[in-house]
Amino acid sequence: MSDKRKELIVSAISNGTVIDHIPTDRVFQVIKILGLDQLSNPLYFGVNLESKKFGSKGIIKVSNKFFEHEEINKIALVAPSATLIEIRDYEVVDKRDVTIPETVDKIVKCVNPNCITNKEEVTTHFNVIYDENNVMKLSCRYCEKNTSKENIFFI
Amino acid sequence: MKNKSLVSINDYTKDEIIRILDLAESFERQPRQDILKDKVIASLFFEPSTRTRLSFESAAQQLGASVIGFSSAATSSVQKGETLKDTILTVSNYSDLIVMRHSVDGSARWASEVSPVPIINAGDGANQHPTQCLLDLYSIRKTQGTLDNLDIMFVGDLKYGRTVHSLTMALCHFNTRFHLVSPVELKLPSAVKQHIKSAKLQYEQYTELSEVIPKADILYMTRIQRERFPDPIEYEKVKNSYNLTLSMLENARPNLKVLHPLPRVNEINTDVDSSPMAYYFQQAQNGVYVRQALMAAILGRV
Ligand SMILES: [Zn+2]
Repeated sequence: MSDKRKELIVSAISNGTVIDHIPTDRVFQVIKILGLDQLSNPLYFGVNLESKKFGSKGIIKVSNKFFEHEEINKIALVAPSATLIEIRDYEVVDKRDVTIPETVDKIVKCVNPNCITNKEEVTTHFNVIYDENNVMKLSCRYCEKNTSKENIFFI
Repeated sequence: MKNKSLVSINDYTKDEIIRILDLAESFERQPRQDILKDKVIASLFFEPSTRTRLSFESAAQQLGASVIGFSSAATSSVQKGETLKDTILTVSNYSDLIVMRHSVDGSARWASEVSPVPIINAGDGANQHPTQCLLDLYSIRKTQGTLDNLDIMFVGDLKYGRTVHSLTMALCHFNTRFHLVSPVELKLPSAVKQHIKSAKLQYEQYTELSEVIPKADILYMTRIQRERFPDPIEYEKVKNSYNLTLSMLENARPNLKVLHPLPRVNEINTDVDSSPMAYYFQQAQNGVYVRQALMAAILGRV
């Protein structure tokens, strides 16, 4: 693909947000976590795209939609490599990486089957903590059990 | 502390813990006081626990409070499928404070978020049991004269035993040296050990009981509980790991006291009961004073 055409993929929307460098198998999760499937804005996405860094990547473009840091950081759990590009009037006005948030609400299920959040209609709340090996875990506000990264299941 | 729920021992600062223990001392001297005469305390035992329920209800009644509630989910509307939230909201109309025990982890935190009146957690599944923790601290302080700089030995199921986890967390305020005796399969979880480390305190792990006894001020025995094991084979392997007998206490420090949250199975031989070092029955009695202190503090009467 020529550089020109690559550029086109990123800047094809006049105003809105491009989320680039998403692992290709996480694109649908990202759409769901950000609730993009609930919006009426034009939405484009691509999977299995060529990427020098990752071999294969996904991309999402959503018109006329801009994200607060807090909102976009929710996707850091599934797509820590993602880059956010804000486009206004065909120009890239901001480019930033996502960072793992301090708390994770609503989107993740608690790993403990006997947790109240899995027994009744209770919204989940987790604090993001790091163990002695600096591995990220989600600590449930209710049952106080930790959900490790490989057990993260999105609601 | 006034109007504040107690769900987990970590909800309280060191000063708040000490305040409750000091208050409990005054209730031990004078347990019958009419200070909660105009108060209604709900005692909701979704999961039965006669021992804990009687301790709470006795504590409330000795302070003159009226007690309403149920002793098992079978006799309540919960059996008809009512959600915990609905039960709590209904009961809060009739009471100033709710004491609850429930088999689901995190149920007490959830209840404290929906309830307009404060909640005292009397045990939520395998998670927390903060009044047990307070009565343990009270018993340690009472028998040793201090909580600071003690050698505390935990024996038994340190992996699943919530009592041990909460007490360890609380003792991290008091410069404790921890001696952890358990089968290899039932070691203290790394998250709790990390808590000890971040408090800059020391712990040692052992599998043999007798060699550690001479190093301890408190010997805290726990039961290996079948119901906490996901795998019954794992339980069979370790269920008879420890049995404390009177002769094993021969080289103990003279101030040593043996604690146990009760009920015991076979981890403490009955020949220990007559030793002045056996403290587990008095320990349970201390629960009443600690619960009186808590209820009075939360209801703003002390
Ligand atoms: Zn949970």
